[in-house]
Amino acid sequence: VSEIAPKKTPLYEEHVRLGAKIIPFSGWLMPVQYTSIMEEHRAVRNNVGIFDISHMGQLIVDEAGAREWLNTMLTNNIDRLAVGTGQYTFLLNEHGGIIDDLIAYRIDEQKFLLVVNAARTEEDLAWLQKYLPAVGAVAAATAGEVRIYNRSANFGGVAIQGPRIAELFHTLFGKDIDLPPRNAIVDLPFDETTVSVARTGYTGEDGIEVFFHAAAAVKFWNAALEKGKLFGTKPCGLGARDTLRLEMCYPLNGSDLSPKRNPIEAGLGFFVDLTKPNFIGRDVLLRIKESGPQQKLVSFRMKEKGPPPRPHYAVFENGERIGEVTSGTLSPSLNWGIGMAYVSAAHAKTGAQIDIEIRGQKFPATVEKKPLYKKS
Amino acid sequence: MNVPDDLLYTETHEWIKREGEKMRVGITDHAQSELTDVVFVELPKMDREANAKEAVAVVESVKAASDIYAPVKGTVVEVNKALEADPGLINREPYGQGWIFALQIENADDLKQLKDAAAYKKQIG
Repeated sequence: VSEIAPKKTPLYEEHVRLGAKIIPFSGWLMPVQYTSIMEEHRAVRNNVGIFDISHMGQLIVDEAGAREWLNTMLTNNIDRLAVGTGQYTFLLNEHGGIIDDLIAYRIDEQKFLLVVNAARTEEDLAWLQKYLPAVGAVAAATAGEVRIYNRSANFGGVAIQGPRIAELFHTLFGKDIDLPPRNAIVDLPFDETTVSVARTGYTGEDGIEVFFHAAAAVKFWNAALEKGKLFGTKPCGLGARDTLRLEMCYPLNGSDLSPKRNPIEAGLGFFVDLTKPNFIGRDVLLRIKESGPQQKLVSFRMKEKGPPPRPHYAVFENGERIGEVTSGTLSPSLNWGIGMAYVSAAHAKTGAQIDIEIRGQKFPATVEKKPLYKKS
Repeated sequence: MNVPDDLLYTETHEWIKREGEKMRVGITDHAQSELTDVVFVELPKMDREANAKEAVAVVESVKAASDIYAPVKGTVVEVNKALEADPGLINREPYGQGWIFALQIENADDLKQLKDAAAYKKQIG
């Protein structure tokens, strides 16, 4: 949609040097794989994988009114965040539709880091700015001014994910340094700079996401890869990122989530605090919650070995069309076709027998509880 | 990328090995590398008649499904059943055990439309 040349992350040259297959993704040139999606997927499930996530947007919201105002923009309750912790949350439009899903970290009393989807960064920023309190305006109920800015151009990030994360973490940061607890974020010295380390991820494995100044990116990436060799660490691309998240049924914005979908029908009401007095989209979500959503996002597993399900394939039950696949792949861990689909709510029951239409032929599948992959 | 000199090629990255009147068909090393890990192959039906450039098989990687075309007009006389159990053969041995189907052709002159190794190498750069 944009005619601007795709952007390169601070790690682009490293990806090329490693022989990655590079594809345009959300306006960026990103590695889709280095050697093999299957191998990279298994590295994360069995050892450790490192992903460049520098394309993700990093927005900062701060100043005296930040907390109170931001809590009217996001669905989850940031009042529950202690300084140094983060939560998964949504930015909704007035119709309750999902503009973006993101993690909001409270990095100071009145300072928040929002890590958002690459493709949505500009839109998120414009949306937030549109709702900023007028400069200098101090409403009776709000404490003060709010500033928002996009630090993405000067920052990068990597996700380091897998069961051997603790070993690699201690090798990188020192054996006396503690891994931050789940969902926490801490600043740690690395080389001659400071990096932010969050215990979060998008793979279902234990892991961290590390955010740093762009200038530190190459040094950090290479240190993690070099020191990670002992632990079977591999660089991993977007291909493995997608299969890993889908096995866990984590939604992908643009596929499973969109401005036409709301968190209730996506089965993500847990990240919406309807007890908050006010946030954009609240009224609509309250109504949907009471009446029940028309459609629901379900996870399914194919019943037979066969072609993997793909986005946009039609879903049937007893010959009646009930929905459409939004994500689908061959699960590398299960070696089996899996996916997610929006189906009419009446059919969205665990154990429901459905059919996925693939090239004109129907293949049976079963609606299953998420996640589709569990560690044995 | 490996482009054997003794094969013929299509613009759509199939290779063709002539075995008398029978043409064995697979996808090139370049194609398997672009597709990434092949996880499913839908083979053509035996005895199916196909025109040149007609989609007859589907090769699916983790990321996407890709049509495989008949390089020339002919009838499907063999399919590689081994791919049903081990689709990764296409990645490991694109010119060997990873062949997909064989066509009985009607007119050997049709082969003149295909590329030789030099022309295919030029195409993929």
